Amino acid sequence: MISSSGQTTAGPWVQATRALISNRSAMSCLGVLLLVILLCVFAPFYAHHIARTDPFISNVAGTLTVNGQETDIMQPNDNPLHLGLSPIGPTWHPRSYLLGADSQGRDLASRLLYGGRNSLLISFSAALLCIIMASAVGISAGFSGGVIDIILSRLMDIMWAVPVYLFAISLSIVTITQGLHIGPITISSNSLLVPIFIIALVYVPYAARPIRGRVMTLRNAEFVLAARSLGVPEYRILLRDILPNILPSVIVLAPLLTALALLAESSLSFLSLGVQAPAASWGTIIQDGEGLIYTRPMVAIAPGLAIIITVMALNIFGDGLRDALDIRETSRRNG
Amino acid sequence: MLRCFVVSFLIVFFMTGGAVHSADADPASTPNGTFRPAEHAGGTLKLTAQSAPGSADPQVNYLAPMLQVEAVVYDGLMTFAKAPGPLRRHAVPDLADGQPEQLDDGRTWRFHLRKNIYFSTGKLLTTDDVVASMQRIFKVNSPTAGPYFSHIIGGSLCLHQPKRCTLDGGVVADKETGTIVFHLTHSDPEFPDRLAFGHAVILPENTSVNDTGNNAPPGTGPYRITSYNPNSEMRLERNTWFRQWDALAQPAGYPDHIIYRFGFEPESEVTAIENGQFDWMAENVPLDRLSELGQHFTSRVRLVDFLNLYYAALNVNTPPFDNLKARQAFNYAVSRRAMVIHNGGPAVAIPACQMIPQGAPGFEPACMWTKGASPSDPAPEWEKPDMEQARKLITESGTAGQKVIIVSPQTPGYLAMANELRSTLARLGYIASVRSMVQAVQFPYVQNSDNRVQVALTGWNADYPAASSYLETLLSCKTFHPHSDNSLNMSGYCDQGADLLMAQARAVAVKDQEAGDHLWAAADRELMAGAPTVPLAQVRWVTLLSSRVQGEVTAPIYQIIFSRFQLQ
Repeated sequence: MISSSGQTTAGPWVQATRALISNRSAMSCLGVLLLVILLCVFAPFYAHHIARTDPFISNVAGTLTVNGQETDIMQPNDNPLHLGLSPIGPTWHPRSYLLGADSQGRDLASRLLYGGRNSLLISFSAALLCIIMASAVGISAGFSGGVIDIILSRLMDIMWAVPVYLFAISLSIVTITQGLHIGPITISSNSLLVPIFIIALVYVPYAARPIRGRVMTLRNAEFVLAARSLGVPEYRILLRDILPNILPSVIVLAPLLTALALLAESSLSFLSLGVQAPAASWGTIIQDGEGLIYTRPMVAIAPGLAIIITVMALNIFGDGLRDALDIRETSRRNG
Repeated sequence: MLRCFVVSFLIVFFMTGGAVHSADADPASTPNGTFRPAEHAGGTLKLTAQSAPGSADPQVNYLAPMLQVEAVVYDGLMTFAKAPGPLRRHAVPDLADGQPEQLDDGRTWRFHLRKNIYFSTGKLLTTDDVVASMQRIFKVNSPTAGPYFSHIIGGSLCLHQPKRCTLDGGVVADKETGTIVFHLTHSDPEFPDRLAFGHAVILPENTSVNDTGNNAPPGTGPYRITSYNPNSEMRLERNTWFRQWDALAQPAGYPDHIIYRFGFEPESEVTAIENGQFDWMAENVPLDRLSELGQHFTSRVRLVDFLNLYYAALNVNTPPFDNLKARQAFNYAVSRRAMVIHNGGPAVAIPACQMIPQGAPGFEPACMWTKGASPSDPAPEWEKPDMEQARKLITESGTAGQKVIIVSPQTPGYLAMANELRSTLARLGYIASVRSMVQAVQFPYVQNSDNRVQVALTGWNADYPAASSYLETLLSCKTFHPHSDNSLNMSGYCDQGADLLMAQARAVAVKDQEAGDHLWAAADRELMAGAPTVPLAQVRWVTLLSSRVQGEVTAPIYQIIFSRFQLQ
């Protein structure tokens, strides 16, 4: 591209990438996000080779060695009546219950990493699926207009009218007992695909509406009208003119939807409506920690912190991405 | 002076509705006939529970929370002592005026009805009410009609045609003398104890023969249920026709009113009791609150020993536990220590290895499923799991890799145990999972053989202190009813040899209780060798009282006696 001053300028994607890289807070958050993902990916390595424990098997009667001394994982409470036992708290030693144990005597750190795998897998997959479905709906409604637009838009309005968590909980309650049956495809109730599908579905209206709006704007843009007047087929206009122009909007939505999906997954799992035992997610670990909040608050705090850090990183990175991809903003910045 | 005395006497007589003419009338009765203990009486007792305890029909409901309420509303001919102290082996007379007369080697039992007892409606109790109540047990399909009362002559006919039940020749009453004679098909030394269980309470003759649902029939106890809405609350107030006849059998109540509210989570209930908003909660104290209670509310915590057992019933008619070696392997593999931990630790629970719990008649230590023990060489107590032996048995059974579902009640304590069992099964090579249900749904669900439940996690409290309450009720051939929600033999297990030993034990105990106990212990060993269940733990009940409660409110069988709550 040649600028008015006669110098060659980079394309919009290169400019956006440069703008993103120059945004320190966005890049820091991307780093944090990648670190969280990396840690979670290596959960089996940590559990089997460092902590040497199976985080899915109850171990309340087990022992561990701390500072050379063998000690019970479940420890008697110090009270005159000797009532109850509590799991061991954080040892801060990676080889022996770094963050302590949960009420089943399982290594909390290992479960946190395994839980992160499921939480992140569900939230990223749900966001991706949501974007695909929302794009299909938004483009169909915005580009077709007329009856199709009316039907799809009203359908989205109806879904929007139902509080998102109430909608997700209702769907989860149905699928948790019977699984999911879509035509010939049957998904069992304890499959991760169930929360992925539910979370993706409930956020479709939130993503479809801005996409539809952008498509409607583009449909009447001069270059689209010009293409139409030249007799370019509709599908070609859609592929060559509309899709590339809505891509930045979709990309900007992705991290924000992922953050929302992560929160939704944690909420559903906390209510026993998401990931099913013995599998873990950050939400199920918080639920495990609910009963230990007085004695071992770390069980609830650790996954809570993981959620906060990940969601914050996603949101700040999403803001940076939006700033980088917003062409008008970029043009203004470039003077 | 004499005239003054006569006038005073007449005033008192008419105000008490004639109750003072009773030969054994209590001198502490108030002028309106209501017994009201002099000190600490009055106030409103506030109770709470997570959910309503089900039907208010005392001959139908089998849930402990309702049995506790009914203990202060209804009476039977016999009852269990409603007083603190050690467990008494036998029932005490309640509406009967003394211990029954045993005739014909325990095949005939003669009771004499106490005089001048009134229902809360003011109706005088007669032998007709006793006969009608015994018939109603069958007519209303009481859960204990079969196991406890079918051996009354005419009882088996009543089981088949409940609505036509007469118990002709089985229950013979003489209204004039107040005598009721029970004729049984075989000797039963435990018959008075069975009559003390809540389902044998005496109701007015004209009580509906259908489950009364939320409407509680009148009773003879110190309280009457005035309203019951399972969605919100139950209210009780004094039965103005009650006067105490025996403080051990049915003590007069201290509180004037009792309000029982439903719908709170156990965590919230504990906090509410700590803050004085409620006086007592029906649920066990959640495990995470035990430390706090032991530290800060020591004087308000009560630990109650009672006969109970947590166990997993293995379906012997469905794979993989239709295989004896698979059942034995599971028994060897389960860590009872883990179960003790899940129930609050050694101060609260002990490992269970047999179906007769410690402290119950007939208990003789014999643990077959611990390291180094076997059915032919049991150990005195459970020590630790034997995973090596368990894995060997699993290999021999060829059942590894099969899917196993544990059906558990949806309460934290049960779920913790269920997850422990799931982990154990996973270690043995099964693909195990847990399915949880609300307890009121789970209990009938796991009993029905049509549901093909492989492992049912459940608990059992003694209806009365006897080995039969565990062995006969839970594991005899006659308590397995295929396709029925009312089949307490959840394993579907039938061992004719064990049944024969139980029958012998019952017959021998009529004359020699000790010899009978030894036979019950032998039956326990015989049953456990077949491993139809996995006994897990026996627990003490931990309950919390509000700061305004005084006095000893616990009792071994009922656990808690509401009438004994003295409120400041």
